Amino acid sequence: MTTDSNAKAYWSATLGLLTKVLIIWALVSYGAGILFAPLLNNIMLGGYPLGFWFAQQGSIYIFIALIFYYAVKMGQIDRKFGMQED
Amino acid sequence: MELQTLTYLVVGASFALYLGIAFWARAGSTSEFYVAGGGVHPVTNGMATAADWMSAASFISMAGLISNMGYGGAVFLMGWTGGYVLLAMLLAPYLRKFGKFTVPEFIGDRYYSTTARTVAVICLLIICVVYIVGQMTGVGITFARFLGVSSETGIYIGMAIVFAYAVFGGMKGITYTQVAQYVVLIVAYTIPALFISLNLTGNFLPQLGLGSNLAGTDVSLLSKLDQVVTDLGFAQYTTQSAGSTLNMVFFTISLMIGTAGLPHVIIRFFTVPKVADARYSAGWTLVFIALLYTVAPSVGAMARLNLHGTFNTNVGIVQKADGGMGIDAAVASAKADLFAPEASLMYADRPEWVARWEKTGLLKFEDKNGDGRIQYYNDKTKNEAAKAKAEAAGWKGNELTVNADIIVLANPEIAQLPNWVIALVAAGAMAAALSTAAGLLLAISSAISHDLIKGTFVPDMSEKSELLAGKISMVFAIILAGYLGLNPPGFAAATVALAFGLAASSLFPAIMMGIFTKTITDKGAIAGMIAGMFATAFYVFAHHGIFFIKGTEYVDLIGGPNSFFGLTPGAFGTVGAIINFVVAYLVSKVSGTVPAHVQAMVEAVRIPKGAGAAAAGH
Repeated sequence: MTTDSNAKAYWSATLGLLTKVLIIWALVSYGAGILFAPLLNNIMLGGYPLGFWFAQQGSIYIFIALIFYYAVKMGQIDRKFGMQED
Repeated sequence: MELQTLTYLVVGASFALYLGIAFWARAGSTSEFYVAGGGVHPVTNGMATAADWMSAASFISMAGLISNMGYGGAVFLMGWTGGYVLLAMLLAPYLRKFGKFTVPEFIGDRYYSTTARTVAVICLLIICVVYIVGQMTGVGITFARFLGVSSETGIYIGMAIVFAYAVFGGMKGITYTQVAQYVVLIVAYTIPALFISLNLTGNFLPQLGLGSNLAGTDVSLLSKLDQVVTDLGFAQYTTQSAGSTLNMVFFTISLMIGTAGLPHVIIRFFTVPKVADARYSAGWTLVFIALLYTVAPSVGAMARLNLHGTFNTNVGIVQKADGGMGIDAAVASAKADLFAPEASLMYADRPEWVARWEKTGLLKFEDKNGDGRIQYYNDKTKNEAAKAKAEAAGWKGNELTVNADIIVLANPEIAQLPNWVIALVAAGAMAAALSTAAGLLLAISSAISHDLIKGTFVPDMSEKSELLAGKISMVFAIILAGYLGLNPPGFAAATVALAFGLAASSLFPAIMMGIFTKTITDKGAIAGMIAGMFATAFYVFAHHGIFFIKGTEYVDLIGGPNSFFGLTPGAFGTVGAIINFVVAYLVSKVSGTVPAHVQAMVEAVRIPKGAGAAAAGH
């Protein structure tokens, strides 16, 4: 594999991961927290209506998980393509 | 000990700590001044960034906003946290790999143009200056309320403290004071919330308390709050929306990309050793921010319930024998009539804190029906049942106005917590304002000394003179910030909307396109930034006046308030960003190609391999 095509493959793997994370990011905040919140409010999570919980609590926890997931996966992608720092 | 003395002690001790750190962490080189030497641990940087980011607005105002806005307050919660996902994936690691000191420097190099760099400097200066005004007024308010000095004196003291560690310590001094300030502010924010949650629900974790039943009952806290506020004619707490669904979506996007594009936050990620560290550091930042942001909704909701409970005894909140506000299980479960004549609190029996806050003018009582009792409800309600009941009870209009900022500042008093907790909140509010002010001052001074003076006018400047120039620009920035804090332009909340709108519509798209495309040209980027910035400023100024000067609003010219698809000015940053993307794309189409060496630079930025510490030279 030439360095050039390796860099291309690395970049498309990066973009693939990015897209996946952004989809979940949008689903929990704009989806569960806003668009589907009225619907989800029919389900209760303890004393929380579920849509309200996503908007004011759940989305934040999921954001944290997403960043660490991204950081770990990117580390793997870096090593797979030999792009990690020395 | 008396409250005033105790507050002086706690705040004084926190200031002494910051000054001690400032003395220990002095900056001796430009690298230490701009990026703390580039060797900050990702967790340390996460904590410092959390303090850098959480401003007087987050600490003092946000819970109050949520308290009033109910569910709709989620735009701030999601907007100001979701931005870190974007920062971690779209900007921070790549800018760290680029390995320079400032945001305009990246824009200037990527778009191979000093003009682009200068436009970025202007955007940055407007954003940071607008933002810093809110911090200085926050310091002033806190001093005035808790230490009994005038808000002017408070601002002077705040300027002196920031001067000490920001001018001598640069990014190095700021980083370690921000870590200390984070600890102070998070402890100050959490402790009252733990007490209140325990008192109301028996569950000491506020995140769980908000989803629990009221202590000793099988009524959930949120359903009780919904019942009380709707009975009194307010919108239902858990479903009250912030404008239309479209507005909520655009508002949240605007805050998210605005957050990711804030220069004083971005430059904090230049201080970590590696690209991989920048990714993890964004995660740690959000962990530390979430410790406050997941507590804020509980603070807001519980304060709202306590507030109604204080003025209406039929809510079922009572003062317990050991201090603290607790639940009267029988009354709380019974849904007693809030309009019963004896339920409204006698003005003569009001708690001490009400009298204290009346003096500040942030809380006002007017006995409209002359019965000596405080009727606190929504007299402009469209809820006919509530209206009829209020009329039948002889209520002649709402008699209490409560400024939203009270929610956090007076929260410990409303909940009748001990004096040391109140003193701690004062120190926390100060820490939040000072840490953000310092970060903004550094962003301003590095843009002036590094991008304008060295980058544009005196390129062959020695490192020693650049460091001196940085310190002098910092001094001027502090004086300017103090002046604006003393003479604030009109609207504090609206100025923040402008800061986020501009960051969202100018810097964020320019940086992102710089990394993720190789086709956007210098002219495309410049046109995009200017178009995005002007469109956003035009819409915000239409509502709040040109540069917030009263009387210069031109909202009729654009067809009335929120005329663009019902969007509020705060939500318009998203539209500005879209305009920026579209204009940049179209202009690039017709303005030639990006030079090969710049394309190579973009390719190098995309891979972590070969990153060194952030450095000045080319």
